[in-house]
Amino acid sequence: MSGFKMNRRGLLKTSAAVGAGLAMPTIFTSAARAYTNEPSGGSVTLGFNVPQSGPYADEGADELRAYQLAVEHLNGGGDGGMMNTFSSKALKGSGILGKKVEFVTGDTQTKPDAARASARSMIEKDGAVMITGGSSSGVAVAVQALCQEAGVIFMAGLTHSNDTTGKDKKANGFRHFFNSYMSGAALAPILADNYGTDRKAYHLTADYNWGYTTEEAVRNSTEAMGWETVAAVKTPLAQTDFSSYVAPVLNSGADVLVLNHYGGNMVNSLTSAVQFGLRAAEANGKQFQIVVPLYSRLMAQGAGRNVAGIFGSTNWHWSLENVAGDRYAGTNAFVQSFGEKYGFPPSQAAHTVYCQTLLYADACERAGTFNPCGVVEALEGFEFDGLGNGPTLYRAEDHQCFKDVLVVKGKENPESDFDLLEIVDVTPTEQVTYDASIFGGELGSCNAGT
Amino acid sequence: MDQIILQILNGLDKGSAYALIALGLTLIFGTLGVVNFAHGALFMIGAFCSVTLNRILTIGYVPEGAEAQSVGGFSFGKPKEVPYVEYWFGEATGQAIVDWSVPLSILFAIPVMIAIGVIMERGLIKHFYKRPHADQILVTFGLAIVLQEIIKFYFGANQIPTPAPEAFVGSFDFGALIGMDPGVIIYPYWRILYFVFALALIFAVFAFLRYTTFGMVVRAGMADRETVTLLGIDVDRRFTIMFGIAAAVAGLAGVMYTPINSPNYHMGMDFLVISFVVVVVGGMGSLPGAVLAGFLLGILESFASMREVIELLPGVNQVVIYLAAIVILLTRPRGLMGRAGVMED
Amino acid sequence: MFGLNAKDMRSLVFVALLLVLAPILLNPFPEGSPLAQFNAGYPDLMQRFAIFGIFAIGFNILFGLTGYLSFGHAAFLGAGSYAGVWMLKLLTINVIPAIIISTLVAGVFALLIGLVSLRRSGIYFSILTLAFAQMAFALAASVLTPITGGETGLQTSLNDPRILDGARESSNIPTPSLFGLEMGDSWQLRVGDWLWTFNAGYYICAIVALIGFYIAIRIFRSPFGLMLKAIKTNQNRLNYTGVSTRPYMLACFVISGMYAGLAGGLMVSMDPLAGAERMQWTASGEVVLMVILGGAGTLIGPVLGAGFIKYCENIFSKINKSVLEGWFSVFPDGMADFMVAIVYPFVGKGWHLTLGVLFMLVVIFLPGGLVQGGQKIGSWVTGRGRKKSAGAATTTPAE
Repeated sequence: MSGFKMNRRGLLKTSAAVGAGLAMPTIFTSAARAYTNEPSGGSVTLGFNVPQSGPYADEGADELRAYQLAVEHLNGGGDGGMMNTFSSKALKGSGILGKKVEFVTGDTQTKPDAARASARSMIEKDGAVMITGGSSSGVAVAVQALCQEAGVIFMAGLTHSNDTTGKDKKANGFRHFFNSYMSGAALAPILADNYGTDRKAYHLTADYNWGYTTEEAVRNSTEAMGWETVAAVKTPLAQTDFSSYVAPVLNSGADVLVLNHYGGNMVNSLTSAVQFGLRAAEANGKQFQIVVPLYSRLMAQGAGRNVAGIFGSTNWHWSLENVAGDRYAGTNAFVQSFGEKYGFPPSQAAHTVYCQTLLYADACERAGTFNPCGVVEALEGFEFDGLGNGPTLYRAEDHQCFKDVLVVKGKENPESDFDLLEIVDVTPTEQVTYDASIFGGELGSCNAGT
Repeated sequence: MDQIILQILNGLDKGSAYALIALGLTLIFGTLGVVNFAHGALFMIGAFCSVTLNRILTIGYVPEGAEAQSVGGFSFGKPKEVPYVEYWFGEATGQAIVDWSVPLSILFAIPVMIAIGVIMERGLIKHFYKRPHADQILVTFGLAIVLQEIIKFYFGANQIPTPAPEAFVGSFDFGALIGMDPGVIIYPYWRILYFVFALALIFAVFAFLRYTTFGMVVRAGMADRETVTLLGIDVDRRFTIMFGIAAAVAGLAGVMYTPINSPNYHMGMDFLVISFVVVVVGGMGSLPGAVLAGFLLGILESFASMREVIELLPGVNQVVIYLAAIVILLTRPRGLMGRAGVMED
Repeated sequence: MFGLNAKDMRSLVFVALLLVLAPILLNPFPEGSPLAQFNAGYPDLMQRFAIFGIFAIGFNILFGLTGYLSFGHAAFLGAGSYAGVWMLKLLTINVIPAIIISTLVAGVFALLIGLVSLRRSGIYFSILTLAFAQMAFALAASVLTPITGGETGLQTSLNDPRILDGARESSNIPTPSLFGLEMGDSWQLRVGDWLWTFNAGYYICAIVALIGFYIAIRIFRSPFGLMLKAIKTNQNRLNYTGVSTRPYMLACFVISGMYAGLAGGLMVSMDPLAGAERMQWTASGEVVLMVILGGAGTLIGPVLGAGFIKYCENIFSKINKSVLEGWFSVFPDGMADFMVAIVYPFVGKGWHLTLGVLFMLVVIFLPGGLVQGGQKIGSWVTGRGRKKSAGAATTTPAE
């Protein structure tokens, strides 16, 4: 085995020799390209990396629908959706930079390892220039780091932890979704208005990174309003029955329960809380209340009637333009074209990934290249409107979007499966903006690959 | 004090699910010697029996003149349907039937689960009695994945709310019953019902094995299959039926569990590991051991999740079951009530 | 040669050839053709084949030889991964220390867990190892977050000290390398429509895998291996003859754990991130399935099983509806829709279903695992004349 040695020149020589014997060989080394996966030919490939198995598979399926719709619109099909309302008019419906948009899909399984494997396969095998999607912060942080290393752009899907654009931020990664800090900042005033300022809160927190940042954000902003935090108990991520955590709440002296849970955790803990009569109970002479910092429609569907009257925050809701007016133009256009194609309204995850795809395409057009460094430059500090969230800024310092945050409440009498949440208020951007340095981390510089 | 009583109640309630699943698993795993990785899937299918029945009961027609619901200026989907049961039995009765769909599913689930169990045993497991445990793991794991994916294909991956009947919403004031201040220890009716139901089912299974001739033969067959066969008794057929019963026990545990946690296709896998731990801690081949271990681990888990305990030992709520399993297996080599020689090599 | 008999030498050469030629063998379809979807010759998947091959070979030393079914082997892989990333963070971006230290750390873990778990046998042993692994997973994902990075995973960062490499050089995190040769470096060779990628990281994995395979053969054929087989056959009898089996078992368990740690170290060297879910019971279960699927107790089986499962996971999950529509577009409309409807549940988001069905088919029809399938094809070929042999040679499972 001593003859086996990695030697670049030797290998190239043998390759050439082997190749010469066969028909018309051409040898490429990776250094021949200006940046990773520079598209050659008439098409460009995007990688849609969403959970297709595991508990978030339905959320992933909704993301995939939105991606397909976005690709259709970019290639000039359909009614154009939010491309018509988008403030930047660089997109013409002729693909991106004249190249037809194609896509590949992969399964993140909501596991960082699997998500990275799937993303690497898209980059290495399919030549994707941009990776997007996902339904958890663990996956987003892992894939973002991978894209930074590989020299492609990452447009995050549903990820809510402060870390994604905080301590784990990367120059090649961008997040349209809001985060824990914004949830806390948006919720606190509404909670104070509705439940008063002398409340005692009991936190149940999922025992992992997202749970920590969410608990911290909600605690800080509610305590600033005068609330007191009685206790904060961490619950295992794999927990399915939360009764033993919920049972002691009623006699703990608290009168508000904050569930820092997402997905199945939230559905199950909320179901337990309602079973134990917390919705109907009184404590400290007040009506007991439950708060869920991060809501999604799929969770609301899973929890059924239990969500009625419970406050939470969300990135976007399909009824936004009808409820809150023209400021949120784009919403109706998107709901219209999504609803027409699939027969039901899009979820916030679908909206986010649709926006991300359009924003990426638009940035390429404005930069005039697919080179990640050009795209980063075009997206940094980019201000836009007409994508359903009102005026929005992609902040240069941490690649986080800043826009209005919705405070929603579970409907008492929903008319359909999609009409589970009602918008209570929209918190303006200024109230949820924070200093970019508070979460630490370093952006680094853009990486275009070899 | 009240906290401790509350957590004991909670442990019994949690333990009920563990005990029921472990009971069924012990019937298959501890006695027939088949490592059944599809047992969690049987629990999940039981839960989906109640979802299915609810779907069947709410099949409806569109009343004349009804229009598609319009929400916020958009109209999505079909107009609201009126279930046929309301049309046939009148509105009040019809709504009551739909409301009681979870308890009604018990009647629906028993034959379905027995049939699934029998088909599984006759069609697949039967051929694996003499194969190595490794092969049994592979084939039952494959089966579990297939069953899950079928459910996922039809019902999606999201959780499906299946509420308990109105009559069971609310809580029972347990504190008042034992002379404490009212409102100090309250416990949801449905969870108490789950505990009672579990006890009844466990006793039924034990009584069946203890007091019927059939049960006697099965027990004899577990102890010494060869001798019983030599006596001219068809043990295979009885084992098939036992497999059906085990599937039904798992399925019923699933049906009754749906109002506690909304089911999804993955819920069986969540219970799989824990149920194996329960069976082994209880001791291989011991039905009372499985039940005892189920309740014991349930109570331990509840105590470990108390705030005071977590503050003292951070993370203990994450590992208590496994820690207990290690301690028990090191101090009692064959679990709590295990027999020597069962699956020890 | 190398102290092997002719048959083992043949397996070793066979594996060596497979590993060296993998970039060509795994890309049988020309680029751009519809079947290119099935090509597996890209760096990430080839690295995974080699790494999970090592993991499975190690697991097989324990399970195949002694029959002890560990359900917690992923814990060693995880421990190795964390150790590896810490080396990349603290010491140097060179992968050598990471690989060595991760193997050693996993060995220490295996020693500690083995000391306790090996006090029991059979299913009780399985549950003990499972319990330890689940505890490791649960703690790593939650309270140990400062050390493990929690659910997000442990990564290299710009501010890592890397005391051997000196201060930070650029504003980008360096990628793991071997004396300057970056793991991501590849040379591509285009021959006609075929594109072959020769990746540095893959060949490092392949060399390590080959060494691991060689050591496994030596263990299988050694007196030590014979003793382990004796333990599998009848441990009681050994004990009665006055042999203490415990040291042998412990040594075997530790070796097996070190293979897992080595796999973990390589994994983070190729892709510097260690996540807690690597230690979950599903990951332990996966290696069990790999070994059984390939053929427990055989030398080459675990490698085949590992390749099989990773192939399904990475290739089938990426076939979506539009890919299918592309394939079947040659058929008339109704026919095409029908074909798509039939195949669709098995690919893309349904890839688990394919895996489940294949598990069942393999275990029902090939009780000895994939190796038996290979043997069957082999004997069928030699028994049935020469004209078939050319075609059948390509159907031999190539990883």
